[in-house]
Amino acid sequence: MSIDVGKIKKDFPVLQRSINGKPLIYLDSANTSQKPASVMDAMEDYYRKFNANVHRGSYQLANEATAILEGARDKVRSFINANSRKEVVFTKNATEAMNLISNTWGRENLSSGDAIVLTELEHHANIVPWQMLAAEKGFEIRWIKIDDNGHLDLSDFDQLIDGAKLLSFAAMSNVLGTFTPVQDLTERAHELGMVVHADASQYTPHSYTDVQALGIDFLTFTGHKLLGPMGIGVLWGKESLLDSMPPFLGGGEMILNVTKEGFSTNELPWKFEAGTPMVAEAAGLDAAIDYLSNIGMNEIRNHEIELTDYALEKLASEFGETISIFGPKAANERGGVISFTFDGAHPHDISQVLDEENICIRAGHHCAKPLMQVLNVGATSRVSMYLYNDQADIDALVEGLHKVRNLFTL
Amino acid sequence: MSSLDDLYKEIILDHYRSPRNQGELPPPAHRCEGFNALCGDEIIVYVSLIDEKIEDIKIGGQGCSISQASASMMTEIIKGKSVTEAAEIIHAFKEMMDIYESELSGKEAESSASGIDLGDLEALQGVVKYPVRIKCATLAWNTLTQSIDEIQG
Ligand SMILES: Cc1ncc(COP(=O)(O)O)c(C=O)c1O
Repeated sequence: MSIDVGKIKKDFPVLQRSINGKPLIYLDSANTSQKPASVMDAMEDYYRKFNANVHRGSYQLANEATAILEGARDKVRSFINANSRKEVVFTKNATEAMNLISNTWGRENLSSGDAIVLTELEHHANIVPWQMLAAEKGFEIRWIKIDDNGHLDLSDFDQLIDGAKLLSFAAMSNVLGTFTPVQDLTERAHELGMVVHADASQYTPHSYTDVQALGIDFLTFTGHKLLGPMGIGVLWGKESLLDSMPPFLGGGEMILNVTKEGFSTNELPWKFEAGTPMVAEAAGLDAAIDYLSNIGMNEIRNHEIELTDYALEKLASEFGETISIFGPKAANERGGVISFTFDGAHPHDISQVLDEENICIRAGHHCAKPLMQVLNVGATSRVSMYLYNDQADIDALVEGLHKVRNLFTL
Repeated sequence: MSSLDDLYKEIILDHYRSPRNQGELPPPAHRCEGFNALCGDEIIVYVSLIDEKIEDIKIGGQGCSISQASASMMTEIIKGKSVTEAAEIIHAFKEMMDIYESELSGKEAESSASGIDLGDLEALQGVVKYPVRIKCATLAWNTLTQSIDEIQG
């Protein structure tokens, strides 16, 4: 069943906005998604009716606030089919979740002579934390290359992972839209006893996520890309692994007991949640998951395949040789993310001209500079879609790109 | 008139399409790289400085129309100037790009306060209305400044 985009659009207040009489065409959801009114209502409701610090009050308000935070955790648990709520840790964003893994599991398990494996598709958030730790510990970072269609080149995969301790990769690329074969890679890495982390920042908002079926050990994502607010992210990890890891940040919440001599850590998941948490954001994330679940992740994915297919066809047929589209050719092998370059016009200039039409797309390196080097470009333009986009948005984009072409090519 | 016409003046598009002084200079010419961290654009400025005079200047790298046109125009005005003259021109250009100054002096500054005629470069005045693009316009200039500093130790 297809989704009713016209109806969905109405749920997003910012999409009602027009600037200089032109409606907003938002095609930058890989950067951050827009939020439905229900998310904002949940956050406001929290502050209007329930605000109190959590886990430490002995009055009703505090108990209700705690129930909101822990209720959001349960919501996330079932959304990603985790075994236990103990496995769901709230962080500031995906970046912090990845820094948590590198600073706890990484610091404990990696030393000179070891190796970890990343891919050329990675966002800086899944590169720099490892480089920081490698500079300190002296382990090796190996890279899985990509092929001409933006898929991982697995021809020497077994060799690459040989002797490595960690495989950490994006389940979906934020630049090329590529879906990586999570289950297959994980099985092969597990045969060698490796730990596997999937950066699902782009995957979870657009594809049904079942951590048990995927088989990985760690999964990270960020709330603001799945209709939720900025300021909340999720680290999911297998309970046994999380249990074995030292804490990340120290302070309140994460301790069981503190004496002058030292401290003992709290139970999971609070062991990794130092200080006052983001309760309103958790309420917003909870509402965002409800919104997505009501529509259905598979329906959303199907809508995006259809729309991506339409956009790929349309861009190719309108601009032919003058546009270079990166990444997998088939819409069902990629998410709703299309990166391209345009003859004669730089990505920055393209967004500038489109901005005049109130069309929002991103230009730049998309926090994936190593990938830009592999693609041999300094920057690309990136269009990214979500459940509130439709063919009319793509048509507006194409019209805007004609304007770009008229301005920059003679 | 669309505000885009203010930004993309014909002279800017001309320099973008046919950049002047593009390429490299072999050593002992000085080579200096500049990055725009925001968008990943990269510029390489080659300067051949002989007896306090900029004998030759070339530009490599890649970037948007604003950064490329600004670099191209910069090479035209800087080539053959003494280091002192170059410093004055750089100062005048930076002043034009200073968003606060331009707001204070009221829109289109005809010529810069220091009395230096920036010629074609004045076409870049429209950029100040697009704050994120100011970094594009000043990239080559900051790299040139760094280059001269490095040469003079
Ligand atoms: C693949 C990927 N990983 C990580 C991140 C980082 O997300 P955040 O900035 O919310 O931590 C992003 C978002 O830009 C992303 O696309």
